[in-house]
Amino acid sequence: MTYELDFYLMLGVIILLAVGTFLALYRLLRGPSAADRMVALDAITNVTAGMLMIIAFISGRFIYVDVTLVFAILSFVGVIVVARYLEGGL
Amino acid sequence: MIELILYYIGLALCYIGALFFILGGIGLLRMPDVYNRMQASTKTTTLGLMSIILGVGLMQPYWIIKAIVIIIFIALTAPVGASAMARAAYKSGIPLWEGTVHNDCDAPSCRKEVKGE
Repeated sequence: MTYELDFYLMLGVIILLAVGTFLALYRLLRGPSAADRMVALDAITNVTAGMLMIIAFISGRFIYVDVTLVFAILSFVGVIVVARYLEGGL
Repeated sequence: MIELILYYIGLALCYIGALFFILGGIGLLRMPDVYNRMQASTKTTTLGLMSIILGVGLMQPYWIIKAIVIIIFIALTAPVGASAMARAAYKSGIPLWEGTVHNDCDAPSCRKEVKGE
Protein backbone atom coordinates (compact mmCIF):
# COMPACT_ATOMS: atom_id res chain seq x y z
CA MET A 1 0.00 0.00 0.00
CA THR A 2 1.68 3.15 -1.17
CA TYR A 3 1.04 6.51 0.35
CA GLU A 4 -0.47 7.95 -2.85
CA LEU A 5 -3.23 5.36 -3.12
CA ASP A 6 -3.93 5.82 0.57
CA PHE A 7 -4.34 9.55 0.08
CA TYR A 8 -6.64 9.24 -2.95
CA LEU A 9 -8.90 6.68 -1.27
CA MET A 10 -9.40 9.01 1.67
CA LEU A 11 -9.92 11.91 -0.71
CA GLY A 12 -12.83 9.94 -2.21
CA VAL A 13 -14.41 9.74 1.23
CA ILE A 14 -14.00 13.50 1.66
CA ILE A 15 -15.64 14.17 -1.72
CA LEU A 16 -18.63 12.03 -0.77
CA LEU A 17 -18.90 13.92 2.51
CA ALA A 18 -18.78 17.23 0.62
CA VAL A 19 -21.71 16.11 -1.56
CA GLY A 20 -23.72 15.35 1.58
CA THR A 21 -22.77 18.74 3.01
CA PHE A 22 -23.99 20.58 -0.08
CA LEU A 23 -27.29 18.67 -0.04
CA ALA A 24 -27.82 19.78 3.57
CA LEU A 25 -26.61 23.31 2.79
CA TYR A 26 -29.42 23.77 0.26
CA ARG A 27 -31.95 23.02 2.99
CA LEU A 28 -30.09 25.33 5.37
CA LEU A 29 -30.34 28.24 2.92
CA ARG A 30 -33.84 27.61 1.51
CA GLY A 31 -35.59 26.16 4.55
CA PRO A 32 -39.14 27.49 4.93
CA SER A 33 -38.98 27.68 8.71
CA ALA A 34 -36.39 27.95 11.44
CA ALA A 35 -36.81 24.30 12.45
CA ASP A 36 -35.73 23.21 8.96
CA ARG A 37 -32.58 25.22 9.31
CA MET A 38 -31.96 23.72 12.74
CA VAL A 39 -32.25 20.17 11.36
CA ALA A 40 -29.95 20.98 8.44
CA LEU A 41 -27.41 22.55 10.79
CA ASP A 42 -27.42 19.41 12.94
CA ALA A 43 -26.73 17.29 9.84
CA ILE A 44 -23.90 19.63 8.78
CA THR A 45 -22.23 19.46 12.19
CA ASN A 46 -22.34 15.67 12.06
CA VAL A 47 -20.73 15.70 8.60
CA THR A 48 -18.06 18.09 9.88
CA ALA A 49 -17.24 15.78 12.80
CA GLY A 50 -16.79 12.88 10.37
CA MET A 51 -14.60 15.03 8.15
CA LEU A 52 -12.43 15.98 11.15
CA MET A 53 -11.92 12.27 11.81
CA ILE A 54 -10.84 11.70 8.18
CA ILE A 55 -8.44 14.66 8.44
CA ALA A 56 -7.02 13.14 11.62
CA PHE A 57 -6.29 9.93 9.73
CA ILE A 58 -4.77 11.68 6.71
CA SER A 59 -2.48 13.93 8.74
CA GLY A 60 -1.72 11.15 11.22
CA ARG A 61 -2.14 13.30 14.33
CA PHE A 62 -3.95 12.05 17.38
CA ILE A 63 -4.88 15.54 18.59
CA TYR A 64 -7.62 15.87 15.94
CA VAL A 65 -9.49 13.00 17.60
CA ASP A 66 -9.74 15.15 20.72
CA VAL A 67 -10.92 18.00 18.50
CA THR A 68 -13.63 15.69 17.15
CA LEU A 69 -14.78 14.84 20.68
CA VAL A 70 -15.00 18.52 21.69
CA PHE A 71 -16.79 19.37 18.43
CA ALA A 72 -19.38 16.64 19.08
CA ILE A 73 -20.00 17.99 22.59
CA LEU A 74 -20.34 21.59 21.38
CA SER A 75 -22.68 20.65 18.51
CA PHE A 76 -24.92 18.80 20.96
CA VAL A 77 -25.01 21.81 23.28
CA GLY A 78 -25.74 24.11 20.33
CA VAL A 79 -28.66 21.97 19.15
CA ILE A 80 -30.13 21.90 22.67
CA VAL A 81 -29.81 25.68 23.01
CA VAL A 82 -31.43 26.41 19.63
CA ALA A 83 -34.25 23.95 20.39
CA ARG A 84 -34.94 25.54 23.77
CA TYR A 85 -34.97 28.97 22.12
CA LEU A 86 -37.46 27.86 19.45
CA GLU A 87 -39.89 26.40 21.94
CA GLY A 88 -39.78 29.61 23.92
CA GLY A 89 -38.22 28.41 27.14
CA LEU A 90 -34.91 30.21 27.04
CA MET B 1 -1.60 -9.48 7.73
CA ILE B 2 -4.22 -8.77 10.37
CA GLU B 3 -3.40 -5.06 10.13
CA LEU B 4 -4.07 -5.08 6.39
CA ILE B 5 -7.43 -6.84 6.90
CA LEU B 6 -8.35 -4.28 9.56
CA TYR B 7 -7.27 -1.51 7.19
CA TYR B 8 -9.60 -2.66 4.42
CA ILE B 9 -12.49 -3.18 6.84
CA GLY B 10 -11.98 0.36 8.16
CA LEU B 11 -11.84 1.79 4.65
CA ALA B 12 -15.09 0.03 3.74
CA LEU B 13 -16.67 1.42 6.92
CA CYS B 14 -15.57 4.95 5.95
CA TYR B 15 -17.21 4.61 2.54
CA ILE B 16 -20.38 3.17 4.07
CA GLY B 17 -20.53 6.13 6.47
CA ALA B 18 -20.07 8.63 3.64
CA LEU B 19 -22.87 6.97 1.65
CA PHE B 20 -25.14 7.20 4.69
CA PHE B 21 -24.37 10.92 4.90
CA ILE B 22 -25.39 11.32 1.25
CA LEU B 23 -28.62 9.40 1.94
CA GLY B 24 -29.33 11.73 4.85
CA GLY B 25 -28.73 14.73 2.61
CA ILE B 26 -31.10 13.41 -0.04
CA GLY B 27 -33.75 12.77 2.60
CA LEU B 28 -33.24 16.30 3.92
CA LEU B 29 -33.70 17.64 0.40
CA ARG B 30 -36.70 15.60 -0.75
CA MET B 31 -38.94 14.97 2.26
CA PRO B 32 -42.10 17.11 2.45
CA ASP B 33 -42.23 18.04 6.13
CA VAL B 34 -40.03 19.11 9.03
CA TYR B 35 -40.72 15.92 10.94
CA ASN B 36 -40.07 13.69 7.94
CA ARG B 37 -36.83 15.53 7.26
CA MET B 38 -35.82 15.08 10.87
CA GLN B 39 -36.64 11.38 10.65
CA ALA B 40 -34.56 11.04 7.50
CA SER B 41 -31.54 13.06 8.54
CA THR B 42 -30.85 12.44 12.22
CA LYS B 43 -30.67 8.65 12.15
CA THR B 44 -28.63 8.38 8.98
CA THR B 45 -26.11 11.01 10.05
CA THR B 46 -25.74 9.36 13.45
CA LEU B 47 -25.07 5.97 11.90
CA GLY B 48 -22.72 7.47 9.33
CA LEU B 49 -20.70 9.33 11.96
CA MET B 50 -20.41 6.21 14.13
CA SER B 51 -19.35 4.17 11.11
CA ILE B 52 -16.66 6.66 10.05
CA ILE B 53 -15.23 6.94 13.56
CA LEU B 54 -15.14 3.15 13.96
CA GLY B 55 -13.50 2.85 10.54
CA VAL B 56 -10.74 5.31 11.41
CA GLY B 57 -10.29 3.54 14.72
CA LEU B 58 -9.82 0.25 12.88
CA MET B 59 -7.37 1.78 10.42
CA GLN B 60 -5.25 3.25 13.22
CA PRO B 61 -5.40 0.61 15.98
CA TYR B 62 -3.86 2.87 18.63
CA TRP B 63 -6.83 5.24 18.39
CA ILE B 64 -9.54 2.65 18.99
CA ILE B 65 -10.15 3.43 22.67
CA LYS B 66 -10.91 7.12 22.16
CA ALA B 67 -12.90 6.27 19.04
CA ILE B 68 -15.11 3.97 21.12
CA VAL B 69 -15.50 6.74 23.70
CA ILE B 70 -16.70 9.14 20.98
CA ILE B 71 -19.08 6.49 19.61
CA ILE B 72 -20.62 5.93 23.05
CA PHE B 73 -21.00 9.70 23.53
CA ILE B 74 -22.73 10.10 20.17
CA ALA B 75 -25.02 7.15 20.84
CA LEU B 76 -26.06 8.79 24.11
CA THR B 77 -26.54 12.36 22.90
CA ALA B 78 -27.88 12.14 19.33
CA PRO B 79 -31.38 10.82 20.28
CA VAL B 80 -31.63 13.53 22.95
CA GLY B 81 -30.86 16.20 20.37
CA ALA B 82 -33.35 14.76 17.88
CA SER B 83 -36.06 14.59 20.52
CA ALA B 84 -35.43 18.19 21.55
CA MET B 85 -35.59 19.31 17.92
CA ALA B 86 -38.90 17.50 17.31
CA ARG B 87 -40.38 18.93 20.50
CA ALA B 88 -39.25 22.45 19.57
CA ALA B 89 -40.70 22.12 16.05
CA TYR B 90 -44.05 20.90 17.42
CA LYS B 91 -44.27 23.53 20.15
CA SER B 92 -43.40 26.36 17.79
CA GLY B 93 -46.55 25.53 15.84
CA ILE B 94 -45.28 24.11 12.57
CA PRO B 95 -48.17 22.21 10.94
CA LEU B 96 -47.90 18.58 9.96
CA TRP B 97 -47.90 17.43 6.35
CA GLU B 98 -51.41 16.95 4.93
CA GLY B 99 -50.71 13.28 4.21
CA THR B 100 -50.08 12.47 7.86
CA VAL B 101 -52.28 9.61 9.05
CA HIS B 102 -51.63 9.61 12.80
CA ASN B 103 -50.58 12.14 15.41
CA ASP B 104 -49.87 10.90 18.90
CA CYS B 105 -49.47 14.43 20.26
CA ASP B 106 -53.12 15.21 19.50
CA ALA B 107 -54.39 13.15 22.44
CA PRO B 108 -55.76 15.25 25.35
CA SER B 109 -53.13 14.18 27.89
CA CYS B 110 -50.24 14.79 25.54
CA ARG B 111 -51.77 18.07 24.38
CA LYS B 112 -51.89 19.22 27.97
CA GLU B 113 -48.22 18.37 28.39
CA VAL B 114 -46.95 19.75 25.11
CA LYS B 115 -49.02 22.86 24.52
CA GLY B 116 -49.82 23.70 28.12
CA GLU B 117 -53.58 23.92 27.60
